Amino acid sequence: MRKLLLLLLLAAVAALAVVAAGCGGGGEEEASTGPTAQTPGVDECAKENLETRTPGILTIGTDNPAYPPWFEIPKQASEPWELGDPTTGEGFESAVAYAIAEEMGYTRDEVEWVVVPFAQSFRPGVKDFDFDINQISYSDERAQAVDFSDSYYDVNQALVALDGNAVTGATSLAELKGAKLGAPVGTTSYQYIVDNIQPDDQPSVYDTLNDALTALKAKQIDGVVVDLPTAFFVTAAQIENSTIVGQFPAAGEQEYFALVFEKGNPARLCVNAAIARLKESGRLAEIQQEWLSDNASAPVLE
Amino acid sequence: MGDRRSRILGPGSGARSIAIAVASSVFVVAALAVAVATSPGWPRVKEAFFDPDRFTGSFPDIAHAFLLNVRIFLIAEAVILVTALIVAVLRSLPGPVFFPLRALAVGYADLFRGVPTILVIYLLGFGVPTLAISGLPRSELFWGTVGLVLVYTAYVSEVYRAGIESVHPSQEAAARSLGLSRFKALRFVVLPQAVRRVIPPLLNDFIGLQKDTALVALLGPVEAFRQSQIEVAASFNFTPYLATALLFVLLTIPLARLTDWLVARDRRRGR
Repeated sequence: MRKLLLLLLLAAVAALAVVAAGCGGGGEEEASTGPTAQTPGVDECAKENLETRTPGILTIGTDNPAYPPWFEIPKQASEPWELGDPTTGEGFESAVAYAIAEEMGYTRDEVEWVVVPFAQSFRPGVKDFDFDINQISYSDERAQAVDFSDSYYDVNQALVALDGNAVTGATSLAELKGAKLGAPVGTTSYQYIVDNIQPDDQPSVYDTLNDALTALKAKQIDGVVVDLPTAFFVTAAQIENSTIVGQFPAAGEQEYFALVFEKGNPARLCVNAAIARLKESGRLAEIQQEWLSDNASAPVLE
Repeated sequence: MGDRRSRILGPGSGARSIAIAVASSVFVVAALAVAVATSPGWPRVKEAFFDPDRFTGSFPDIAHAFLLNVRIFLIAEAVILVTALIVAVLRSLPGPVFFPLRALAVGYADLFRGVPTILVIYLLGFGVPTLAISGLPRSELFWGTVGLVLVYTAYVSEVYRAGIESVHPSQEAAARSLGLSRFKALRFVVLPQAVRRVIPPLLNDFIGLQKDTALVALLGPVEAFRQSQIEVAASFNFTPYLATALLFVLLTIPLARLTDWLVARDRRRGR
């Protein structure tokens, strides 16, 4: 009896040792992943040398439905796009994506779009896209999970409210302390409320921007915080009798939208070089002027 | 006690069977762990889902938000126990006079068991406040809880009804022959037996309810799942989901064990 017990215990210990060994092996593997960053020469960014998902094709991801002013809504969106259609080149992010592709030597036909829901853009593992363009803000924390490009748009947050609501009279952050605010989940807008406005009431958080706007219309919340270009679109086209109360000053470092890459994707450096050239030539500013409203027209809430 | 242990460990007891159970459990867990840990994607999964610093970092906020889940289900469970019993009794009323009430109860149970909970919550939470009827609350928390109550009352009423129908008709006949009114026969003879029999499936439904409190987040309130979603989106790391899952499990395990214990007690009594 004793002997059997001892034997079984030994077997158990041995099994545990195997597990520990297995875990250790995993850890070592982890350290070896990720190519070392290198400034690529001209050749490495040539189309034929880039290891894209499909050779010779640049695969770009964004969420569906896509919204103006980032992706304009054509009369007839091509499958599978519901509202905004990135393949048209119309809308700020669509235009930026095609400009980057062109700068890297890809023709319009060599650009392919895939649907990438926000949460899919950062899940671990192999990505379905070369880069994702979806109004995603850079943060140091996020950069531990994915790689980001340089800024293609410096963004400010803004407050949207229904005409007649008390918050429309606010001129400063302090005046918003008593307001019930809302934002879509996973956004820097929500983070801005919590970190900088710090309202007395817990802000409401919604799955989508549309849900947040529904709650605004139902007067369950006083205001929705979104990025400024979206705020222009919301007040102009989505909700009647709504207004931009104001834009918020950047807190600390300037927030910016960046393209998302799979961790360690070397194409990032080539895309960054393309963005730098677009900035230098003034092309990026032109695109911004064409598709986004003039930010200066929204008052700043200090 | 011996009864309970034998059901988990299998027939026979004593040091030998315990040792075998321990060893084979360790072996199974080890085999699974080796299979996972040697898979090619494991280092990335470990980083994204099992980050100890993020776990401890996000846990306090999520635990705080979890209090909202607890509040929602405590209130909802108390209400459901009563409303579901009323619906079940209405459905069990005999005679042609009560046909409209019976039909109403049947229609209600069919409708709210059929419509997905997520839709009920969306429709109530965003729909009713938009009607802007004065006097009705706008609170998303209120309507979210009402949605849960409506759905789970439908389920639980069916559980109660099964209990009521499992009481042999001779019980009611005997009560009536003793001079008890129909109501008193129901109240003092049928329902006590019925409720005792359905406690396990009833608690089972409540475990479902506890998990579904996460759906109230759709309407805006920040409960545990939403809080973890916020933290995941801020860090692009999925570990906070694990913290939320753990909290829900910690909450349901005591209830599950209580159910087991009640079943075991009932069995002993039945023998």
